[in-house]
Amino acid sequence: MAKPKSTMRRKETMYGYIFVMPWIIGFLAFTAGPLLFSLFASFTNYNITSQMDFVGAENYQGLFTEDGLFWTSLWNTLYYVLFSVPLTTMGAIFLSALLNQDVPGIRVFRTLYYLPAVLSGVGVYLLWMQLLDPGTGMINLILGWVGIDGPNWLFDPAWTKPSLIFMKLWSVGGAMLLYLASMQGVSKTLYEAAAIDGANTFRQFFHITLPMITPVIFFDVVTSLIGGFQIFQEAYVMSSNGEGGPANSLLFYNLYMWRQAFENFNMGYAMAMSWILFIIVFILTMINLKLAPRWVHYEGGDNR
Amino acid sequence: MTSRQEDTRYVEEAGTTKDLQNPSYFQHHGNRKKMLKLINFVLLAAGSLMILSPLWWMLSTSLKTMAEVMSFPPTFFPESWNWSNYIRTWEAAPFTQYTINTLVITTLVVIGNVLSNSFIAYGFAKIPFKGRNVLFAIVLATMMIPGFVTLIPQYVLFAKLGWVNTYYPLIVPAFFGSAFNIFLLRQFYMTIPNELIEAAKMEGASHFYIWRKIGLPLTKPAIATVAIFSFNGAWNDFLGPLLYLNDENLYTLQIGLQVFKGQLNTQWNYLMAGSLLVLLPVIIIFFFFQKYFIQGINLQSGGK
Repeated sequence: MAKPKSTMRRKETMYGYIFVMPWIIGFLAFTAGPLLFSLFASFTNYNITSQMDFVGAENYQGLFTEDGLFWTSLWNTLYYVLFSVPLTTMGAIFLSALLNQDVPGIRVFRTLYYLPAVLSGVGVYLLWMQLLDPGTGMINLILGWVGIDGPNWLFDPAWTKPSLIFMKLWSVGGAMLLYLASMQGVSKTLYEAAAIDGANTFRQFFHITLPMITPVIFFDVVTSLIGGFQIFQEAYVMSSNGEGGPANSLLFYNLYMWRQAFENFNMGYAMAMSWILFIIVFILTMINLKLAPRWVHYEGGDNR
Repeated sequence: MTSRQEDTRYVEEAGTTKDLQNPSYFQHHGNRKKMLKLINFVLLAAGSLMILSPLWWMLSTSLKTMAEVMSFPPTFFPESWNWSNYIRTWEAAPFTQYTINTLVITTLVVIGNVLSNSFIAYGFAKIPFKGRNVLFAIVLATMMIPGFVTLIPQYVLFAKLGWVNTYYPLIVPAFFGSAFNIFLLRQFYMTIPNELIEAAKMEGASHFYIWRKIGLPLTKPAIATVAIFSFNGAWNDFLGPLLYLNDENLYTLQIGLQVFKGQLNTQWNYLMAGSLLVLLPVIIIFFFFQKYFIQGINLQSGGK
């Protein structure tokens, strides 16, 4: 090429920015701009129509000291995350271990187990409301067959959150495929060597498979933690238009925030709530990242 | 299961070539393997029944008369198959209008996502420019932001633009890329050799031309994945329409189903018929385009 190198590079840079420009515009307009506005408005009594006076840390202070429902919603959300994340992770790993074998019909099995993961939305929530219905539902019918008197599920404050966790477990197939893909990437020679050394299937799983898929476990835990804290739709639909279920047992963090923002129009207050959530999720993710080198195994050396 | 004693025997035996030459060693080992496979198969088959039974229950309930739905104990198979329930459900609410609305939004969201993300991902994957790594790190970081943190200020933005009760808030952001899809497509672009792009540039082709004539055709499988994920996302979206659409004529299927639920209370046969109809397109697409779902999963895990 006759052109000098620096002109080429400048031209490439120009092209590069043209190509990523839609994302930059979208980021500024729909993410960065709103974030800044929200951070500012969380220190005001903004109500979208008439008022936006600076109130200092009043919103944050009020949440922590005067708002019982804030703590209820935070506790409900923590409960949900604490149980759903480990259960879905272990469930997905167990399932993918079963599906990583060469048994008849394995392709059909994989398809079936994955199917519920693509189904979501109001249809699925309605289905589970019916399945969990104490009188007419399937779950208690089946429990009855084995002599168990099923609970009142969505009508009993002690069972509402477990109900949602069961529903979540039904769609564990999404994460399962993620693990399966990773398991299939584990080199066959590792297993052959282990077999020669006399390691049985279970030992092979715990000493080869599990360490080799830790990067995916890490990814899954981080993303499902972030996702778990944002539970909203299930609770909204399954507790008649977001009322929060019996004894507020389904009043999750986002549901309460929704109420403050779009029903009471306490926008400043709700944005303060959203920042507290952001900070919680951020800290937990950082802890995850910090702990990762202790247990996540990257092929070709650590700390990649 | 074999006893622990036998396990240790393998360990001792396997070290010597004499034992490895002994055919009975392998035969015994083979039997154990077969046993495990059988257990594996039985577990998978039992699990499949558990996974599928909710879907069967949905179909079964949708075909029952209301008297049968309320009868105790509930029945697994409907006494009579009342397909007319589906017609009555469809006529009980403006589902045709909801379907048209949902299709309009979904189509535009899919087009927006495919075009914008493919374009942006090309920039991040194939054009070396100053600041690219920093920008891409920001793309990934945005995946960590809880949706509600931006949702509330975005609502303020769209309200000020006069976009509430229109489809703009649901469609326009799709044309500015999304972190997850950019990541997915970038992963796929990385598999296209740079030499191909360089050769085209030597011929005098611009990046626009290369993106259109080489990038788009070669990334078709990944684009299909993005299209299907976007379809699913838009079809199942509940939060967006719930927040932005007030006018019943604008309702989507998800909102329509939620309203329908409010009207019908516990008429489970019609509710299940409605749910199944809303889920059906997703189920059909899943069975036809499974490989693109799996492709998406593989691209995700490949990046870990």
